[in-house]
Amino acid sequence: MFRLLLTILAVLCFSAQAAESTPKLDIGKGGQCVEDPQYMRKNHMHLLRHERDETVRLGIRDVKHSLKNCIECHASTKDNSVIAREDSFCVACHRYEAVKIDCFECHSGVRKSAWLQRNAK
Amino acid sequence: MTDNTLNRRQFLKSSAGVAAVAIAPGMLLYGMANGSSEGASAKVRWGMLIDTSNCAEGCNDCVTACNKENGLSGGVTATDSQWIRKIEIKEIAGGRQLSLPMMCQHCENPPCVDVCPTTASFKRADGIVLVDKHRCIGCRYCIMACPYKARSFVHEALTDQNPDVPRGKGTVESCTMCVHRIDQGLQPACADACANKAILFGNLNDPESEIAKKVRTVASVQVRADLRLNPGVRYQGL
Repeated sequence: MFRLLLTILAVLCFSAQAAESTPKLDIGKGGQCVEDPQYMRKNHMHLLRHERDETVRLGIRDVKHSLKNCIECHASTKDNSVIAREDSFCVACHRYEAVKIDCFECHSGVRKSAWLQRNAK
Repeated sequence: MTDNTLNRRQFLKSSAGVAAVAIAPGMLLYGMANGSSEGASAKVRWGMLIDTSNCAEGCNDCVTACNKENGLSGGVTATDSQWIRKIEIKEIAGGRQLSLPMMCQHCENPPCVDVCPTTASFKRADGIVLVDKHRCIGCRYCIMACPYKARSFVHEALTDQNPDVPRGKGTVESCTMCVHRIDQGLQPACADACANKAILFGNLNDPESEIAKKVRTVASVQVRADLRLNPGVRYQGL
């Protein structure tokens, strides 16, 4: 009996710890994603990579899987950015997984509407 | 290879379209209802006709509009990006003075594309010459190859770019003819900003377009036509 209790306690502790170490991210507006969330977690980089070539080179501007469309929904409602803070949508996971993001060396990480507001002079 | 994938994509798209119609007539798939799925068409050749007699000396409106649209600093030192420049020229014998904007001439046979070792420099189907910065390694061969000195290199890290105009350190860039605006059905920022309407933008391939009519009826030249690059930008009164 005592052993069973100990096992249950251990399992509980372990699961609590696991929950704590997963990345906490600001998903922005969120809502219904363009694909199933689990699929996006695994494949968003392939979608972005495939369609960036089609957009740049062939001029096919399907908005569904575009980086701009990601940012539109997932930029924080506080600062309109997916990269500004530790818990921003892109940063939180990429830091957790220790994967460097190159996208934002050239691309803007803020919503177009916010950028326009800031740069309307 | 590219052609194969394109054909496959088009095939899949068209069959998806048929499926969508069969399943629910009157309803469109999400991806098809948004954006321009067709991409750039080879039936179009975007071009500009610049009327130098309407281009005012000392006026810099096209340059400022370009800088604002594309997020350029506006500096003119050797390390600053300049996509469009104003040039003042004078015929020495007659003394006639002219002012004109000079930028990427969007050649039909672009030397920058010929020399690019990574095929980053390319010409889109509708005649716009661009740099694919995903592939650009910053070797700057294209800068040397361009007879119009139209290209710039980004020397410093940048922040707060226009979401429609990604730019970054270590890549070459030049006038994109505001490709992001063209794809939305707008005209380039410089043509929009010119108060004297000196920059006429349009489709050279469409015989009914204003630019094609004007190119047919008034005398215009291509700069360094002797190189036979067939630029999409033409000058009137040069």
